[in-house]
Amino acid sequence: MRRLQQQEPEVAQGEIEEEEVVSGVAEGDEVMEDADDGREYSSSTPTSTLTWISWFCALPGHEYFCEVSEDFIEDDFNLTGLNAMVPFWKEAMEMVLDVEPDEDAPKIPDVSIVEASAELLYGLVHQRYILTRAGLQAMIDKYDGGSFGSCPRVYCNGCNIVPCGRSDLPGLDTVKLYCPNCNDIYTPPSSRFQGVDGAFFGTTFPHLFFQSYREIAPAPFYRPPSGSSSSMSGRSSGSPQHSQEGRHTAFVNPNPHGGQKPAAGGVYQPKIYGFKVSERAKCGPRMQWMRLRPWSPEELDEVDSRGRWIDDDEEYEDEQEEEGEDKQMGEFDNVGIL
Amino acid sequence: MLRRAVEDNSTGSDSDYTNSVWISWFLSSKGNEYFCEVEEDYILDRFNLTGLNTEVQHYSQALDLITDNLDDDIQDEIRSTLDVQARLLYGLIHARWIVTARGLAKMLEKYKRADFGRCPRVLCQSQPLLPVGLTDVPYEKSVKLYCGRCEDIYSPKSSRHGSIDGAYFGTSFPHLLFLVYPNLIPPKSGPVDFPALRAGGEAEGSRRSRRARDEQEPPSDIVGEGFNTTSVALKAERYRPRIFGFQVNEIAKLQRWQEAVRDKQVARLDLLDEHGLM
Ligand SMILES: [Zn+2]
Ligand SMILES: [Zn+2]
Repeated sequence: MRRLQQQEPEVAQGEIEEEEVVSGVAEGDEVMEDADDGREYSSSTPTSTLTWISWFCALPGHEYFCEVSEDFIEDDFNLTGLNAMVPFWKEAMEMVLDVEPDEDAPKIPDVSIVEASAELLYGLVHQRYILTRAGLQAMIDKYDGGSFGSCPRVYCNGCNIVPCGRSDLPGLDTVKLYCPNCNDIYTPPSSRFQGVDGAFFGTTFPHLFFQSYREIAPAPFYRPPSGSSSSMSGRSSGSPQHSQEGRHTAFVNPNPHGGQKPAAGGVYQPKIYGFKVSERAKCGPRMQWMRLRPWSPEELDEVDSRGRWIDDDEEYEDEQEEEGEDKQMGEFDNVGIL
Repeated sequence: MLRRAVEDNSTGSDSDYTNSVWISWFLSSKGNEYFCEVEEDYILDRFNLTGLNTEVQHYSQALDLITDNLDDDIQDEIRSTLDVQARLLYGLIHARWIVTARGLAKMLEKYKRADFGRCPRVLCQSQPLLPVGLTDVPYEKSVKLYCGRCEDIYSPKSSRHGSIDGAYFGTSFPHLLFLVYPNLIPPKSGPVDFPALRAGGEAEGSRRSRRARDEQEPPSDIVGEGFNTTSVALKAERYRPRIFGFQVNEIAKLQRWQEAVRDKQVARLDLLDEHGLM
């Protein structure tokens, strides 16, 4: 990774658009879906005016990919270990880089085999590239352009999302979308992404991305605007209205390594005939905790590293031993980018 | 509409399915897939429509249009506004209908077919969704989709559905459904249990709905049926962000806090349950 373009990642975009989620987020998606399906690329190799990479990234379903710079691919250091994973490595490299194959080299009988290898090669290089400064920059340009869509969850207020994988190894799972507001992952809204391998984006990318661009990462705390009803679970504001406060008084997360954008902190409150469904009902709310945020950053410290309330001498701490294990692991805090 | 009619028969409910041409047309129009058929009996009972005349312009003509009783000699100008008003009226009747025992049963069939789509959240494993409004007042908010597994709401994928008025489904519907059919509350982990949705759900459901109809209110004796939901949240799966395999500090901290809130609720509910207060 020595030959990166050296410009600083643009620390831009203090305010991303938080439009009211009213009508369909993925406008016209199904229409596109109908039109695009079946238009899988086949043996139609790119025309000479277009590089293979540009052609590949323009294919339907490939909207999430950025263009990896050829410099990056040509640097063997960046490809370490990949040749063992990609059959017909040399031919695939030639295809991706638009290099005329050797005349006297043995011909691969079926070009689609090489195409599959080229796709795998490009995808795996892409997974690495988007973790570099230049790759992150390319991805935030796409993010700002709305290329990845927005969170389907109503109370995330249309927060923009990024592609990710659940595995770094190819062939296991398709691409998913990560929302930095609810910290959850979603299936892409259109079936044309069902053929895209999640490993081509990888498990690390979204989190490195939001660590690198903290001003677009929502903070972990949220105070509902005053006036909105506060209930037993206090924080579950009934209104999907995002916090306007952050706009007037400059919003600060005291954790310099944390998200610096005011969160969309609304939590859905089920009601029957206008009355909140009681948690005592069998069908009462059981999952609000998953979307809840404390009002202040200090409250996060009221829970210790094993997930226990620090000022709580009640006895129900016993059975939770095993849960701690996972959390004892090292945690990533501050990532200086490469 | 043939399919609809056939299915109505197969449920064995005493349904004299509607033959209104307007309703059939409305239901088969693209974008109206979330709506179910409101039985004509229900519409013809004026008691069920109480108050709607103040919400809908040209109320009685709109009602005539829905029930195919509109005079043919109505002027063309009023005809187009009537169509809008008829949709509004049908939507508002629909919101009331789907929280009746028979309406719930109809929506349940659609739910089992996943007519409302599936939860986009990966860890919900394609849980079927239910439509819900954020308000019961028309012209305010578009329809959303409720997931019984993550208990959250999502925007419909297509703009066709994203522009439907949420008031036509109302704020109560999905919650009332799970109140009346508690055995259909989705599990918090594992694949979607369709056999249970079909087999157990069906018989149980229709028995229950009949009883609910008789009592004109949701049954109150659903507690103590041998399963309890006090600690189901502990089974919920979560996505854990990682960078090169390591958890991200601030997010891990938030998730720990959230899980501590969860554990507190579970302890609280278990305690209530022990004392027979659930
Ligand atoms: Zn979200
Ligand atoms: Zn869900």
